[in-house]
Amino acid sequence: MIGTDGTAPERPSNGHLIRIEHLAKTYQLGEVEVHALRGVSLTISRGEFVAIMGASGSGKSTFMNILGCLDKPTRGTYTLEDIEVGKLSRDELAQIRNRSIGFVFQGFNLLSRTSAIENVELPLLYSSTTQKDRHQRAIRALEAVGLGDRVHHFPNQLSGGQQQRVAVARALVNDPSIVLADEPTGNLDSRTSVEVMDVFQQLNQKGITILLVTHEPDIASFAKRQIVFRDGKIRSDRPTTDPRVASTILKEMPAIDEEDDE
Amino acid sequence: MKLMNILISAFRALHRNKMRSFLTMLGIIIGVAAVIAMLAIGQGAQFSVEQQISALGTNVLIILPGAQQTGGVHMGAGSATTLTEEDAQAIQRECPSVGLVSPGTRAGGQVIAGNLNWATGIEGTGPDYLEIRKWTVEYGDFYTDQDIKSATKVCVLGKTVADNLFPEQSPVGQNVRIRNVPFKVIGILAKKGQNAMGQDQDDIIVAPYTTVARRLTWYPYLRQILVSAISPANISVAQRQITELLRMRHKLVTNDADDFTIRNQADLATAATATTDILTILLASIASVSLLVGGIGIMNIMLVSVTERTREIGIRMSVGARSRDILTQFLVEALVLSLLGGITGILFGVVGSSVISGIAKWPTIITTFSIVLSFGFSIAIGVFFGFYPARKAAMLNPIDALRYE
Repeated sequence: MIGTDGTAPERPSNGHLIRIEHLAKTYQLGEVEVHALRGVSLTISRGEFVAIMGASGSGKSTFMNILGCLDKPTRGTYTLEDIEVGKLSRDELAQIRNRSIGFVFQGFNLLSRTSAIENVELPLLYSSTTQKDRHQRAIRALEAVGLGDRVHHFPNQLSGGQQQRVAVARALVNDPSIVLADEPTGNLDSRTSVEVMDVFQQLNQKGITILLVTHEPDIASFAKRQIVFRDGKIRSDRPTTDPRVASTILKEMPAIDEEDDE
Repeated sequence: MKLMNILISAFRALHRNKMRSFLTMLGIIIGVAAVIAMLAIGQGAQFSVEQQISALGTNVLIILPGAQQTGGVHMGAGSATTLTEEDAQAIQRECPSVGLVSPGTRAGGQVIAGNLNWATGIEGTGPDYLEIRKWTVEYGDFYTDQDIKSATKVCVLGKTVADNLFPEQSPVGQNVRIRNVPFKVIGILAKKGQNAMGQDQDDIIVAPYTTVARRLTWYPYLRQILVSAISPANISVAQRQITELLRMRHKLVTNDADDFTIRNQADLATAATATTDILTILLASIASVSLLVGGIGIMNIMLVSVTERTREIGIRMSVGARSRDILTQFLVEALVLSLLGGITGILFGVVGSSVISGIAKWPTIITTFSIVLSFGFSIAIGVFFGFYPARKAAMLNPIDALRYE
């Protein structure tokens, strides 16, 4: 199973998965300095399911980009698996993204005219794997998100929920330390949203750390911990009292027109 | 990323835009085909010129008498009365690098056979003339040393002369009258065709030089001496030996100018090939312009492709592609375009050249060099024009690329 099949890199037992101290990010927009983050400190442990909330402009996207090693902080330190990411070069960051981070985006961001399995194999192309190994791992990842029967479908032959599940499979295929999901339900209807959250909850139960950025309190309530950003700072950080369980909700929801099967 | 995977994804990317990839390649195909065809035409021209010159014999030296000088007025090469039979015999005897020697004189005139007549040049030569000029007799015989000694009135007709004077019968054994002197035809020369200057080399009658001098020109001096060196490599040694010998025989002191001129075919060949070289370079450079235009086409389409696929680049970067992975990917795509175009272009160029030589009756030669050159050029164009777009892609910021609409 994903995350527990022994191929995962050796992880240090002491300390936290993510440790962030006094993180700040300033953009220079012409003459104006924009302070997107103004000193954020937090830690995330292995196996957590964290929702990051906040209105647009609150700094949550910037925070997400830095966490995903797509951007570097202006000040402060970000340690992922005991590696201080802020000091790494562009290529080293690419390798961290490849090995330790899985992304799920709002717009799915799948390669068009490329089959589901090839999309899932993409991260493995940039690490040293054999073709056979690549194929097996991609199939396992697709099975883990319930798409074992859609392996050779193209994105335009899949529904939005299915496409997002392909994206989740792609995020999982490299056995990342953390899955970062940026508004993963933003383009989905309510039922499909719950379905995707169900996938995340199942993965989290298997021990995968998930960090979810959303502005919908409904979606955030599926996570175990909720952090709210405002004006570049953390406004609140608290465990979810009684998180919602997606699988239970799905059973209660009326089935809509077999959307999954087109 | 392994090379095989890069190649597979490059082919896929190009396959996704078949028409566009084909049109881009077409620029390179036309450019390469043009370069191959133009080089083939140029090389063909050069080859035929070289062949015509070597048909004269590349180890041949022509010794001409010097210019006569009367009161400071030069009369033109060959006008002086400085070359004699004895000079020719001495060259044969005393120059070790000289193989064969044929003394020569020349007359012009009307030739009559029966009720037909023809104006042509009469070449007085020695018996070795044919071997020096690498020529053969097609029918009959050639004259011998004996004929030279006794100045026999025999002659051998060039093909053109034979065809004009004896259209219906074999001339061998017949008589012709040259300036009213009867000559017996003993042979016909093989057809030689035009020389490098376009003159018909078969419009000629050859006869013993002694006969021509005594019966036709009444001029005791030689107009030229034709000499062959023992090998093409010995030609300059032979030239030096002849110069020394003739200066000594003509009693020239150190400061006197030569009273004779030695021409060799190699000089002529050099001049002629220089001309065709210029032709080849000219044709090839015109063709390379189209290759350059093809390259710009590749750059253009790669830039469009990078812009179109900005989001794809962002996705690849987010899952761990490094800058150099992206750079290689786009560079390989450009290379595949230019290489496929180059190979197709070579095929078209080869086929096109043979079509040209078939239709225009123009010799074309495709050398390995021209194929290697165009192949190398297409690789260079792929790298050169592919690099800028590829670098542009590799330098994209992953966040901006992911957000690109």
